[in-house]
Amino acid sequence: MSTSRFARYVVRVFPSLPVFLVSLSFLGGASLWASLAQAEDTHEVEISIKDHKFEPASLKLPTGKPIKILVKNLDASPEEFESHDLGFEKVIAGNSSATIRLKPLKPGTYMFFGEYHEDTALGHIVAE
Amino acid sequence: MLAALVIVFREVLEAGLIIGVVLAASRGVHGRNGAVALGVLAGVLGSVVVAIFAASISDAFDGRGQEIFIAAILLFAVLMLAWHVVWMAQHAREMTQQLRQLGSDVTAGRQSLFALGAAVAIAVMREGSEVVLFMTGIVMQGSNTTSELLAGSGVGLLFGAAVSMVLYFGLAAIPLKRMFSVTGVLVTLLAAGLAASAVKQLSNAGLINIFDTSLWDSSFILSENSWPGRILHVLIGYMDRPTGMQLIAYVVTAATIFILSYVRRTPERRTALSA
Repeated sequence: MSTSRFARYVVRVFPSLPVFLVSLSFLGGASLWASLAQAEDTHEVEISIKDHKFEPASLKLPTGKPIKILVKNLDASPEEFESHDLGFEKVIAGNSSATIRLKPLKPGTYMFFGEYHEDTALGHIVAE
Repeated sequence: MLAALVIVFREVLEAGLIIGVVLAASRGVHGRNGAVALGVLAGVLGSVVVAIFAASISDAFDGRGQEIFIAAILLFAVLMLAWHVVWMAQHAREMTQQLRQLGSDVTAGRQSLFALGAAVAIAVMREGSEVVLFMTGIVMQGSNTTSELLAGSGVGLLFGAAVSMVLYFGLAAIPLKRMFSVTGVLVTLLAAGLAASAVKQLSNAGLINIFDTSLWDSSFILSENSWPGRILHVLIGYMDRPTGMQLIAYVVTAATIFILSYVRRTPERRTALSA
């Protein structure tokens, strides 16, 4: 295929891609604005990881409020903080921390774990 | 040792399945192996860089850096795969003919190789950075089981590569006539699944707050964390608890690629992707 045919192809196909991207960023902008608006009543908690265990391993959290968890990894080795129930996974480097944001919870128990040390790094959240 | 094996196997398999599908979808494109090899190499280098900067990436954007970074590379991969599918739809007929007649590589197909290599690089970088971090952790802990854990990781890597090759050869055994339509559909669903994953990352970062509750929970039928669930998640984007926004992203992406392929298909070969 010659260069000019390729150029024509790009011109023909790509007009729809900017439209797609613009609408995506539009949606993104709208929801960012919404997230900033609701940032005030966020419930914040802290969990630390030491010797591949969570402290606290059991948390009580309020329902109906967005939640921000600051996870401090006090171990030198990295950990992947993960929950199937809450639908997140996040790698946390050694001796550093990470922020997990949760949507308002429904009442219930939600398990979380550290994927790299699944035998010891286990915990759960009780939302009520 | 078994834990290390399973973790590395899982990550390698996730990247390997994507590479297998992409390789099958580009069968017959001249220079494909080089592009994929370069993609893997770039992905491995990228993994190391991402692993080194893991903490700074995570801290960026008020603790949203990791999610935004992953979402951005996933969306880029979606664009690359979309481009590739549309390109293949356009050239399926001439490629099938050339493959049949010459039994050799098609020389006309280089433009989509960049897209191909880039998609492979992203798949390897995303999963690879987790493997690098995990293995760094093993070495840093320096316990007396280090060599055992590293051996487990090595075996996991080999197993992951082996299963991915089985998938590739399975796809490569499809008769040429159907080959490009099957792989076209597969890559389209793969891209749609990646778009939905990107939405999940943005949602977790708190950047998407509309249609963000689960529509259903089918984890009791097929859990996303079971092996079949994981494989289907990678291949066709299966989700056991999708949010409304994830479903929208999935459908919009798949529909966009299907429509573009249909509009741009080779006219003589009406069945290319529309079937």
